[in-house]
Amino acid sequence: MQATEHLSQTFELGFTYTRSTGPVVGRFLTGLRDRRIIGNRGSDGRVLVPPVEYDPVTAAALDEFVEVGEEGTLVSWCWVNEPRAAHPLAKPFAWAMVQLDGADVAMIHCLEAPGEDALATGARVKVSWAAETIGFITDIRCFTLLEEA
Amino acid sequence: MRDIAVVAFSQSICVADAGAVNEVELIMPQLQAVYDQLGLASAQDVDFVCSGSCDYLQGAAFAFVAGVDALGAVPPIRESHVEMDAAWALYESMLKIRMGHADSALIYGFSKSSPGELPIVLSQRLDPYYLAPLWLDIVSLAALQARMLLDRGLVSEREMAEVVVRSRRNAMANPQAQLAGEVSVEALLAEPAFVAPLRRTDCCPVSDGAAAMVIATVEQAQAWGKPYALITGIDHRIENHNPCLRDLTDSVSTRQAAEAAGVAGGAVDIAEIHAPFSHQEILLQRALGLGGDTVINPSGGVLAGNLMMASGLARVGEVFRRIVAGEARRGVAHATSGPCLQHNLVAVLEGV
Repeated sequence: MQATEHLSQTFELGFTYTRSTGPVVGRFLTGLRDRRIIGNRGSDGRVLVPPVEYDPVTAAALDEFVEVGEEGTLVSWCWVNEPRAAHPLAKPFAWAMVQLDGADVAMIHCLEAPGEDALATGARVKVSWAAETIGFITDIRCFTLLEEA
Repeated sequence: MRDIAVVAFSQSICVADAGAVNEVELIMPQLQAVYDQLGLASAQDVDFVCSGSCDYLQGAAFAFVAGVDALGAVPPIRESHVEMDAAWALYESMLKIRMGHADSALIYGFSKSSPGELPIVLSQRLDPYYLAPLWLDIVSLAALQARMLLDRGLVSEREMAEVVVRSRRNAMANPQAQLAGEVSVEALLAEPAFVAPLRRTDCCPVSDGAAAMVIATVEQAQAWGKPYALITGIDHRIENHNPCLRDLTDSVSTRQAAEAAGVAGGAVDIAEIHAPFSHQEILLQRALGLGGDTVINPSGGVLAGNLMMASGLARVGEVFRRIVAGEARRGVAHATSGPCLQHNLVAVLEGV
């Protein structure tokens, strides 16, 4: 009996068009390209990073932008011992909720650390920028520990 | 307002990999089972059909349309679909009946999750600019939530393990379950971390399968002459899609839905809670306001078998089954959707 020959065809799932990211998301992504992090102020005065187009409580359009720091505090984290093929880091890493200095809410990104034992909630972290920034969320390559615990 | 009852329910056995069986072949046996329960010939014998599924699982836009092949849509039927768990197809069907546009409805949900990498596939339903490009998988999102609960002392790893022990034990009496058996808290706590602080046992399995239900006005249910359970309350609420803009240590939308559905209006004998991760069951039990008198997840819940896009509907079905079997008089069913319990539906069912 002959070995079964499987039919296969490459298939890329994604937008087949380009689109504008608009004045809010676009402002944030353009900021990343310039290695700056821009949030915006919600109706209750909180600084939201990344910025949101509409207030999470009142749904009002938001237009007051605020630049925040590159350093922040670890609000929550989980340790990925076996990164999946799609994950942004190949070695074991953490997903992190980081509240950047000047922001009132956390943002989620990956965190490079020597090991799970090096991490603790409340740790101070900083942005590690990609070698080339293009205006995409992955311009933040990852966060790293400011001082190893 | 017209009273609406659940009159039939069936769910496939949860399997990790259904092999060559396609979605239509997963759906058809469940449709046939609910037809048989009521003596119906086909989907032509109900007024409305609504399904729930996720096109991302099949990787193609409008993939759900293929599911309609399971119905036989000629001559034409009145049919709808939600890109959500089929619990929300139940909600749409109830609106249809309450508006007087139908007296009966067939609802089904299905997924074949095994061909892809489910936690990664679902990452693509997150914010398309801020989160999806990072391929932030849903197990990791749940782990971020679990860490918050553990850090604040709201949940302990032992309590999470106790949820898993009870799930596996209850599942021993559930022939549709995928994971069942006696395990000890100590044995679970000795397991290595999967995505710390979660262990693999804290996470629901990936399952292939389908579930189907028929609901009808009480008049129609009585005409069919089969036992039924009344849906005396149903409500659903949604929170922000950005997990960082929510309090992940509570489920505000579940509290709101439970209040609107009237959960507190009587004793709750059983509750089927759609909690894909062990810590979420504890959080949801609190949000639903359920105390020690309520038997939680007598089926084992989704930690024992998770039919993506049908698990929420199956929670309603499990409560229905136990009420008509006389094991409970009043029960609560909960369904969730989205990362870290973003969107929650609560239904109250009562016997007659």
